[in-house]
Amino acid sequence: MTSTAGVAPLAETDVAPETPAETGRRRGRTGYLLLLPGLLWLALFFVVPFYSLVATSLYDPAGSDFRGYEMTWAFGNYVDALQEYWRPMLRSLWYGGLATLFCLVLGYVLAYAIAFKAGRWKNLMLVLVVAPFFTSFLVRTLSWKLILADDGWIVDGLQLLHVLGDDGRLLATPVAVVAGLTYNFLPFMVLPLYASLDKIDPRLVEASSDLYAHPAVGFFKVTWPLSLPGVVSGTLLTFIPASGDYINAELLGSPNQRMVGGVIQSLFTDANDYPAAAALSMVLMVLIVVMVLVYVRRAGTEELL
Amino acid sequence: MSAPVRWLREHLVLVLGLLVLAYTFVPIAVVVLMSFNEPASRNVYAFGSFTLDNWANPCADPSMCDALVRSVEIGALSTLVATVLGTLAAFALVRHDFAGRSATNLLVFLPMAAPEIVLGSSLLALFVATGFSGQLGFWTIFVAHVMFCLSFVVVAVRARLAGMDDHLEQAAMDLYATPAQTFWRVTFPLVFPGILGAALLSFSLSFDDFIITNLNAGTTTTFPMYVWGVAQRGVPMQVNVIGAVMFLVSVVVVVLGEVGNRRRVRART
Repeated sequence: MTSTAGVAPLAETDVAPETPAETGRRRGRTGYLLLLPGLLWLALFFVVPFYSLVATSLYDPAGSDFRGYEMTWAFGNYVDALQEYWRPMLRSLWYGGLATLFCLVLGYVLAYAIAFKAGRWKNLMLVLVVAPFFTSFLVRTLSWKLILADDGWIVDGLQLLHVLGDDGRLLATPVAVVAGLTYNFLPFMVLPLYASLDKIDPRLVEASSDLYAHPAVGFFKVTWPLSLPGVVSGTLLTFIPASGDYINAELLGSPNQRMVGGVIQSLFTDANDYPAAAALSMVLMVLIVVMVLVYVRRAGTEELL
Repeated sequence: MSAPVRWLREHLVLVLGLLVLAYTFVPIAVVVLMSFNEPASRNVYAFGSFTLDNWANPCADPSMCDALVRSVEIGALSTLVATVLGTLAAFALVRHDFAGRSATNLLVFLPMAAPEIVLGSSLLALFVATGFSGQLGFWTIFVAHVMFCLSFVVVAVRARLAGMDDHLEQAAMDLYATPAQTFWRVTFPLVFPGILGAALLSFSLSFDDFIITNLNAGTTTTFPMYVWGVAQRGVPMQVNVIGAVMFLVSVVVVVLGEVGNRRRVRART
């Protein structure tokens, strides 16, 4: 999100007579007043809930909605939750990672085609990238259920080609879940990739070919490195929601493909085991944050915000 | 090398890109097709025979339309609040200098970066801790939706504001316009498309949200929750009608926006 977040400096002197600050921004109380309502909302319904989640994860696991919960600093909740649910937890990160990889490959091709090959159809193609995603997420995912169904064309075709055995299927397998995730999160990859590819000066690529670099070399030495900010933000924007998702796993997979989001959801709403659900939610968050930090440091892109 | 092969070699990337694009439309095509489907039996999803009944009678299951109306209400209300709060905050972030702006930027960014299941479960933890768990429903969904839409509104409006040429405002001030006149006659009309875009984005995020909503809805049902509920026992084909209509509406909105943009650009030159 480098493009939107880096606030463009307004170099001109400010119109307001009070402070012609370097940045052209006004000082004073108005800024705080404009910000206050939004910040208050985020503080009350984003920051405070987070504290609640941490507290809930440490409540006495013997409590219930009916009897109330006691804060007992029960760190054992984490151990118990992980012992029971480490499989869906790892599966979530694994499926999320795989989907991110597939999104990167498909998304890079599409973003590259839009940025460099679409010509005057550029805007139309960009609109088409987001258009399907304005139809309900759940309705679209259900329609994959139909497409991948056991008697559907795809399964029949793959059986004809002997890629799948006669009793082979796609639905209720990891393939269907990862395919669903890849489909649903593709625009999160394409848009940042496009933003970053579109900024590349095509003369740089021309220069490399003038210097007799093979197109492939030109790509890997010029285009790819320059598109890295887009790759980093695209992979993060895909990986984080994909590994937290459970809609695809529940609709397209079987109980064997359960992702941790589904476990958290049912612990909250069906089992009413709030401490375990909160502990799992915290673990997911911490794992994602750690992975993101390591990744961002290795990728060397600091100006993500 | 024959001509088609040479053409394909030259346009390989474009062709592959178009294939990826086509793939994203496959489920939409299925949704549209199924909206005309009369299934052979209630549990068979294969295409039975062609019918217009689903379109003629979209509310055959009244609970679906109730859920739909509720989603529209929640979407409209939370979009209104999120857009106002987010626009104010975006103005503060771009136009005003104050202590703690980078902390504020981070606070705005985090809800977009956190997985939805974590956002949803932390809000539910708050509602439970404060004794609101019995009142889960319309208002808790509203609170949650404003929370996650707010960040997207701030980012969208901020981008528009930051990319704006402020020479026009300076010119207005030079011509002795008061700050209020400058704002309403120059700044606001220029930012308005950004605000409108943010509002549309916010509405579609709210309308489509399942994970956060499901955790904080109690017994209230929104459209995505309805679809989730019927997914196990058999989806009425009218769901596809709603899906197709949503697609059409968004296409129309985008086309109108594009036409408006073109006209504005032409008027300016």
